[in-house]
Amino acid sequence: MTAKLSADNLTLIRGERCLFEGLGFALESGGMLLLEGRNGCGKTSLMRAIAGMLTLETGEICWNDVPVLKQRQTFHGALVWLAHRTGLKGDLNMIENLHFERSLRPQARRDPEEVYLRLNIERLKRLPLRSLSAGQQRRVALARMLLADVPLWLMDEPFTNLDREGRQLVMELVEEHLGGGGLCVMAAHQDVDINAPVTKIRLQ
Amino acid sequence: MKHAAIEQPGILSGLWATARRDLLLAWKRPGDVLNPLFFFAMVCTLFPLAVGPSAEQLEFSGPGVLWVAALLATLLSLNSLFLTDFEDGSLDQLLVSSQPLPVLALGKTLAHWLTSGLPLVLVSPVLAVTYRMPWSVVPVMMLTLLLGTISLSLLGSIGAALTVGLHRGTALLSLLILPLAMPVLLLGANTVSLAAGNDVYTTGIWALAAYAIASLSLAPYATAAALRISNE
Repeated sequence: MTAKLSADNLTLIRGERCLFEGLGFALESGGMLLLEGRNGCGKTSLMRAIAGMLTLETGEICWNDVPVLKQRQTFHGALVWLAHRTGLKGDLNMIENLHFERSLRPQARRDPEEVYLRLNIERLKRLPLRSLSAGQQRRVALARMLLADVPLWLMDEPFTNLDREGRQLVMELVEEHLGGGGLCVMAAHQDVDINAPVTKIRLQ
Repeated sequence: MKHAAIEQPGILSGLWATARRDLLLAWKRPGDVLNPLFFFAMVCTLFPLAVGPSAEQLEFSGPGVLWVAALLATLLSLNSLFLTDFEDGSLDQLLVSSQPLPVLALGKTLAHWLTSGLPLVLVSPVLAVTYRMPWSVVPVMMLTLLLGTISLSLLGSIGAALTVGLHRGTALLSLLILPLAMPVLLLGANTVSLAAGNDVYTTGIWALAAYAIASLSLAPYATAAALRISNE
């Protein structure tokens, strides 16, 4: 069974501005959708719309050909969202933060220790998140994404705050995810070098 | 697909998880919890100093003062219910969680009540003594506060959810919640007064319980809907 994310004739108006009109795409297992465009052109809004958080003027987003608004819980159970704000609690340490996630999403049968090691955050487990650097916090957010066992990754500017090695790691992780039949929607204004079928949408 | 067979967390796991996380956060930042409690204690102890220590006056005004102070202390604490989650992005994560949002909202409200409502109930006997409240009335007052603060936390969560996207929505939040909170205040204060006057007071207790149950069954859905609207 493969998963499919598709959208047709999407129009979104925020305030007085029309961010996009008549936008459509179709994404299948192993595929990636790359959203490009300058700051403020609506990449994040489109991503929020895909996650079902914004009401669209026209159009529909479908997961496996069923509109997501009709199966919000199923769809949300199939996605994890790496947002611009990490959504991690600064007062809690990494383990406490990730432990909370575990009760919200189906979890991968992956060894957490291996994930920490790969992201190079295994030494930060007991430190409150607010004492970590922005890049380290982003790595913890990536760990949350890897530990969730979901087919769809929504990544909003995943390279923010990461060093060169971190950026490379994100691309490797996305490639592996796509190789395993996953899907990825990414907003980025950097060049993304990923060895997989990439659909690009350039927002004006 | 390899993802299909993975077991979903149970329906109540979201409730306990959000409640546990918020309690843990409250434990790490006790100041936020102590503020409303401190406010409650201050108002209740300052009032007798201002109006004078005559026994008759204190007995007469005690239930009203305790209840008004409890209501205001709860309102004071409500503003932060969803605000920090909104600011650090964890509210967005709750909105895209596969757990039903009303359950998660209820978990947060439960933690809010445990850290703001319940402490008020627990310290109220100490303050009631200041107002020369007879010991036989103290359990009645605690029961009304217990039921009342449950309603206030639940109703308040709707207002907090509606105003979370607005900056400095505290005044608006109070205005939104006060009309819904009025019955709780009237029932609570009057029930305690009746009990102090050796009148029949059980009707008030039942009414407060009914109000709490109605809030419990409706508020989580309203809060969830409000959170979705204010995060558009």
